[in-house]
Amino acid sequence: MLGVLLILSSAIFFPGITAKVKARLGGRKMPHLFQPLFDVVRQFKKRTIYSPVTSIIFKMAPIIYFASVLVAIMLIPLGEQKGLISFDGDFVFFAYILALGRFMMIIGAMDTGSGFEGMGANREAFYALLVEPAFFILMGSMALFTGFPSFSDLYSNMHINTNLSYITGIAAIYVLMYTAMVENSRLPVDDPKTHLELTMIHEVMILDNSGFDLSLMYIASWLKFAVFGALISNFLIYTSWSIYIQIIVFYLIQFVFAVVVGMLESFRARNKMDKNPQWILMLSAISIVIFLTTLIITQKIILN
Amino acid sequence: MTAPSLLLRIKNGQSVDLKAIPVLNYDEFSDLAVLLLKEETCHCVSYYAFKQENGLKFIMAIADDSQHDVIIFSHHLLNGSQFELPSLTPHIFALHIFEREIHENFGVKFTNHPWLKPVRFSQNRFNNDLKINDYPFYSIKSDELHEVGVGPVHAGIIEPGHFRFICNGENVLHLEIQLGWQHRGIEQLFLDKKKMLQRNILAENIAGDTVIGHTSTFAQLMESLSDIEITEQIQIERALALELERIAIHTGDTAALCVDAAYYLGANVFGILRTGIINFTQSWCGNRLGKSLIRVGGTHSSFTEDLKQTLLNVLAAYEKMYIEMSHLTYRLPSVQNRFDNVGNISKNQAHLLGTVGLSARMSNVMRDIRISHPTWAYSSFPIETIMTLKGDVFARFLLKRKEIKRSVLWIHNLLDNYNFDSSKTKKPIYSKPLKPDSFAISLTEGWRGEICHCAVTDDKGELLHYKVKDPSMHNWKALEISLRDVEISDFPINNKSYNLSYCGHDL
Repeated sequence: MLGVLLILSSAIFFPGITAKVKARLGGRKMPHLFQPLFDVVRQFKKRTIYSPVTSIIFKMAPIIYFASVLVAIMLIPLGEQKGLISFDGDFVFFAYILALGRFMMIIGAMDTGSGFEGMGANREAFYALLVEPAFFILMGSMALFTGFPSFSDLYSNMHINTNLSYITGIAAIYVLMYTAMVENSRLPVDDPKTHLELTMIHEVMILDNSGFDLSLMYIASWLKFAVFGALISNFLIYTSWSIYIQIIVFYLIQFVFAVVVGMLESFRARNKMDKNPQWILMLSAISIVIFLTTLIITQKIILN
Repeated sequence: MTAPSLLLRIKNGQSVDLKAIPVLNYDEFSDLAVLLLKEETCHCVSYYAFKQENGLKFIMAIADDSQHDVIIFSHHLLNGSQFELPSLTPHIFALHIFEREIHENFGVKFTNHPWLKPVRFSQNRFNNDLKINDYPFYSIKSDELHEVGVGPVHAGIIEPGHFRFICNGENVLHLEIQLGWQHRGIEQLFLDKKKMLQRNILAENIAGDTVIGHTSTFAQLMESLSDIEITEQIQIERALALELERIAIHTGDTAALCVDAAYYLGANVFGILRTGIINFTQSWCGNRLGKSLIRVGGTHSSFTEDLKQTLLNVLAAYEKMYIEMSHLTYRLPSVQNRFDNVGNISKNQAHLLGTVGLSARMSNVMRDIRISHPTWAYSSFPIETIMTLKGDVFARFLLKRKEIKRSVLWIHNLLDNYNFDSSKTKKPIYSKPLKPDSFAISLTEGWRGEICHCAVTDDKGELLHYKVKDPSMHNWKALEISLRDVEISDFPINNKSYNLSYCGHDL
């Protein structure tokens, strides 16, 4: 329960911190920390408009998308504390509950019958497909490393103490961080701030959403970041620490993660669209390196 | 066939008696046009028709860059004769847009023209039954292909224009651009408004981003038609304003390209830099875009030594920040990766399309009115032109940087060597009548490329016809061709790197 509360509370700050960092580094005046929150509150007050050509799918999609992220949060442990739901192989469930949400987004976008949204849905599905192996190979390696196939056992039994495991740890954080960027359609794969419908991926899919539905989508995207932040912080939190230190370190890592996301987005341009697949596959390649290293650590491969 | 030596050649900003323009029959007319336009140094700056009592008069103006003059010749199509002429487009592709315009306005049928697509649905078009809303777009019947339509209402604050993509997956097979939503009847308004000041203000509003370019072209034209001599300082002031406009718009474009590439640091800094320059224009004439600066015969806001000092300070601040930021931006691997090898136009294609200005120079085609047909200011303070080789988005991006540097250098040279004094300028002259039965042409290298205005007066010295040609007329086609076999997601950066005018095209 504590883990869920921590993720929800850190999600509130996440977009504000990222926006502040981006503004600061871009040489602009910083927005209010809670500006994204104000925007969502404003959206909630608005009426939701549905296009007459859409069906029930379009109305269901945002709610299922939001719910899928909420369920995903329940699976995340914090230190010794298990997630609200925990069972063997729950990381597979985690990945596919997020995929279910994305699937609903995609068919919701297709439901509008708009040429743009179909284009965005097509891209989103493609990139999601490419990023999936990276996550699974990483989680598989960790399961192999610890010998436990569930999130909470896996994290609580992870002992990073050898040189090789430091390397895998850093690589794993890198993969998780960029998986989060791809999942949330951020730079360099997508640009959440663009106004150009032809270059959009995620944004173009929610062009027809408004009011309540749109707010849900925004909040779900913050939550997703916080979820991946939690996955990363679990790497770095030792279960031997006291619970208060764990909470402080958790917030600290979420904060650093938000700052890093802001920084990553400030100093580079986005990818050309046809270079995205290659770039995303790079994450899978790093995951394979982690996997091979894990095989060496666990002495499945013996090097002479 | 008229021997080329007997052709009427006039200088930029010169007027001639209408009767002095050779009238050829259409065969001679087309042979001569094709002969001249096959030369690499020649390009057509304007080709249009207007109504006379007894029929249509066609005038073609071909700029000869090697001789630094403009060749003018005409053709007459009498009422009652068949309005059907063999098209010149199969020989000289760049003429396609002019023939389409003549077809749209007067119903002249050009046989063998590949596609007499309406240009802008002007209000005085020949066939009023044709409506922009039921325009039949080019389409390809196939199950594998899909169409994406963008506009005329866009996300953001750009002008209205419709883009129809035929795509194979993410790749664009064909792009068709349909414009005309901004049509205001500018050319007719020039005739309706009888006061010179009204026309002057009208010229300022042809395209909001090319105020200096269009207004100085207009002023030069009117001055030549009414024999007004303007002082050296006013000529220099106009050129100075033109270069400031170039710097400001290119900087703004660089910022916009950074936005499209999601490089917000560059976008913010270049945006700030542009503001510095346009704020200087405001302190000079009271308007950031330079409206009210250029007036026929003189000016109300003459440049002074005080303004010179301010400008030097503004430029010093600008240069320092610009150099720092452009070093960062243009060398950033992700920016290079985004812009490189996208939307190429080869030198040959550029020649065929008849691109002008920046869009020509980016594919290594030398088109620069400041050099080929300079006004007094540019012949006394010459500017060197720059070209890039590749013709892709990065070439256009890079050319903006190089042109900014060159313009800043030119301004420094000017400020160092010329003493400004408000006594060297005159107040505007609005009342001087125009010469009767005359034709005049005026060319200016605006930041986008060559701007051409032509005017014809009747026997009472009233304007009989006024013709505006914005560089975008030619260059929109280059954007269409750039998009061939390019990803649809690369359209915005291509479009932004050209930054063509909708209202300049639609008039």
